[in-house]
Amino acid sequence: MDRVPVLKLGDILIVSIQIDLQDQSVLALQEDLADKVVQTGARGVIIDITAVEIIDSFIGRMLSTIASITRLLDAETVVVGMRPAVAITLVELGLSLGGVRTALNLEKGVALLNHLDGARLAVAPR
Amino acid sequence: MTSSGELPINGNGDVVLVRQEVRAAALEAGLSLVDQTKIVTAASELARNALVYAGGGRVRIEIVRNGVRAGLRLTFSDDGPGIPDIEQALVDGWTTGNGLGLGLSGSRRLVDEFDLRSAPGEGTLITVTKWAR
Repeated sequence: MDRVPVLKLGDILIVSIQIDLQDQSVLALQEDLADKVVQTGARGVIIDITAVEIIDSFIGRMLSTIASITRLLDAETVVVGMRPAVAITLVELGLSLGGVRTALNLEKGVALLNHLDGARLAVAPR
Repeated sequence: MTSSGELPINGNGDVVLVRQEVRAAALEAGLSLVDQTKIVTAASELARNALVYAGGGRVRIEIVRNGVRAGLRLTFSDDGPGIPDIEQALVDGWTTGNGLGLGLSGSRRLVDEFDLRSAPGEGTLITVTKWAR
């Protein structure tokens, strides 16, 4: 089974999926990310799916699950780089990826996380 | 029919192989990028279903012709327990496993033709076709 590497950049974890995902790899990624978020105290996770050619209901559900898990661990997940054909297919399949934030690319994903963090600091007690 | 091949579905690695073979055949049949993505996604759902609910199965991949139109036809078969209530199995959100219940109903929306034959104890045969536009 191939494992997807998790990279750390400042307080953001970045995952770029470059392989055709086996179900086992997706499950392993979920656990790796949860561990890494706690270990590093990351405030955000970016999952880059630019190279991903299809998302079926299993992979889609895992993206939602990862977003929910990291949110419980105080980190927001943003999925970036979804191909237009993948978006069209997901909607027709009936999968809305509820609770998953998306951005068009890595740069916009980082900007979104910074924005969310700024909003969080603004309301946090000093 | 111009070309065909049959692939086994016996493990998670096979689901990935099925996706790759279906992608290659979809390209050969002249499907657009969006239609390729749809049929590959449907193939992934149906291959996983065969694995999860029947413990395995196989898929035949064929490029078919209807006059000047080319298309891709996938025939999934397994010797599993079969589906007692086909109508119910095709309802969004219905599942006897722990999935989302989108495999069958979602796959049907992603293809042009969908045929499901099954009976308890007699396995399941699903044929889907996507035509080039």
